[in-house]
Amino acid sequence: MNGTTLLEGTTDGDRLRLAGAGAWTNANARALESEIDAAARRYSGVKAMAIDMGKVERLDTFGAWLLERLLRAFSSRGCETQVVGLKEDYRALMDDLHNVKLDTGQNGRGNKITQALASIGISVVGVGQMLTAVVNMMGALAVALLRVVARPTRLRFTAMVHQLDNVAWRAVPIVMLITFLVGAIIAQQGIFHFRKFGADIYVVDMVGILVLRELGVLIVCIMVAGRSGSAYTAELGAMKMREEIDALRTMGLDPIEVLVLPRIIALIIGVPILTFLGAMAALYGGGLVCWLYGGIDPEIYLQRLKEAISMDTFKVGMIKAPFMALVIGIVACVEGLAVKGSAESLGLQTTASVVEAIFLVIVLDGLFAIFFASIGM
Amino acid sequence: MAQENGKANGKAKEVIIEVRDVVVGFGSHNVLNHLDLDVYRGEILGFVGGSGAGKSVLMRTIVGLLPKRGGTIKVLGVDMTNGPEAERRAVERRWGVLFQQGALFSSLTVKENIQFPMREYLKLPQGLMDEMAVAKLEMVGLDASVRNKFPSELSGGMTKRVSLARALALDPDIVFLDEPTSGLDPIGAGDFDTLIATLQRTLGLTVFMVTHDLDSLHTVCDRIAVLADGKVIAAGTMETMLASTHPWLRAYFHGKRSRAGHVAEANGQAGNAPIPTP
Repeated sequence: MNGTTLLEGTTDGDRLRLAGAGAWTNANARALESEIDAAARRYSGVKAMAIDMGKVERLDTFGAWLLERLLRAFSSRGCETQVVGLKEDYRALMDDLHNVKLDTGQNGRGNKITQALASIGISVVGVGQMLTAVVNMMGALAVALLRVVARPTRLRFTAMVHQLDNVAWRAVPIVMLITFLVGAIIAQQGIFHFRKFGADIYVVDMVGILVLRELGVLIVCIMVAGRSGSAYTAELGAMKMREEIDALRTMGLDPIEVLVLPRIIALIIGVPILTFLGAMAALYGGGLVCWLYGGIDPEIYLQRLKEAISMDTFKVGMIKAPFMALVIGIVACVEGLAVKGSAESLGLQTTASVVEAIFLVIVLDGLFAIFFASIGM
Repeated sequence: MAQENGKANGKAKEVIIEVRDVVVGFGSHNVLNHLDLDVYRGEILGFVGGSGAGKSVLMRTIVGLLPKRGGTIKVLGVDMTNGPEAERRAVERRWGVLFQQGALFSSLTVKENIQFPMREYLKLPQGLMDEMAVAKLEMVGLDASVRNKFPSELSGGMTKRVSLARALALDPDIVFLDEPTSGLDPIGAGDFDTLIATLQRTLGLTVFMVTHDLDSLHTVCDRIAVLADGKVIAAGTMETMLASTHPWLRAYFHGKRSRAGHVAEANGQAGNAPIPTP
């Protein structure tokens, strides 16, 4: 491709005569560009330039643009330019490209520090907006709930049961499997380390308290955020993209009441059930490992468990569950409704939904820990 | 005007797309039934037909998106079914397609969308590609200010223009347009028609345009091909279409929405009342 010369120049005093040759097309654009830039640099002193395009077999937009660039390079130095021998067919194309304005003004590339600061600022504002949206959603949800309480027939019962089936019933196997494994792993690790100072039996206390107070609900919430929260965001986002939500609004229906409320109620009902089942599975897994690996008989395990935990331990976990469900549901729906037109936006919001939901669940767990400690539970 | 251009190109009658005996179907239903069509170099061919008649199907078959059950399609002299792989690939670089909804990549900016084919097929320095992107944008009547926008931030008309710029990225010989003016207001549609005619002249394009827009057919198309019952039932200039006595053509070109129809009514030719499509 580089074998043929596309541009040749001869100088005559301060007059330059260039002659183009070959095909000035996109396939040769790279070679042509370097020849043109070289010519522009080499003959920087000339006062007048004429280019003969007679031998150029073909010219496409790329070739034409490079010719235009050459002309601009010379004329910007106050050099006279002239194009001769250009085929009539290409005249209109050259005229078109002659009017192209390459504004380099708003490149938007400040220096690195400004950019870094700007992106920090944008994220902070983003967090603020997200929190506002969550608070907004809580308000809208409360209004919708009051309306439903005033007129219970307005509750979309079928939709709610359908969601409950999706988020709770279908999640039972995977949630129980995972919590079972987590319970077993905690028990195994506990036995392994507690045995060193002969405290094997306290593993039961650890498993019982940890699972009932913290781990059961946390693991279930993380699973639900990943499984159902993302599904909510994607469903609502897709509906937003296809203007279905706008369609609902124009029919005088409140999307919060029709779409969001049944989903969130389903989560609030479903998550405590899953938490309970998960905690039971974890205790079962822990007990199994204690028996098979730690040599603690099931009767002893149960008896020890009865002493170690109280009703409060159980209640702490169960009280947290619906609040966490609410957080997951609100975040998922807020992010779903924030989806804009593009497919990429849907992906972004779904990711954001899961990450924010898990983050907020853990923050909320911390707040609950402080709260329960201060009321002595 | 465009016909003059066809003559200026010298080879007014060179066949650039040759469709012979093509059968395309879904399930037991053949949408295209032994269809023949020629597209000549340097012309703007308007392809019309009822909704669901298979206009887009033919376009998608020619560009290779749909499999055909029989027949041959030659583009630029290359058999697109049995020809050598390398030649077929080369032909694919010489056409551009404007999809109905634009089909811009939503995760890329306008500039990156236009540069995408260049990046894939040509090894060009970034600086040149940036300039080319702006040049292409200006050619389709936009300017450099939209280059960093995302497709979701564009209006319908702008989306069409940017998609056209992307279709033109590699300086194709043939451009396929699938209902380019649908969803545009009459002014925008008129501008788009003018744009297509201008680009056709400056770049020497061959344009295959699936359309429903009678104004586009009137103003920019050199020839019109009509699809009905899985076949091209008529092909020729607007005058031929208007003179035709085929019932569907009469309904289409003399219907309430056609200018010809209004003119006919204004002239009091009540006898030429539109014949409803069966």
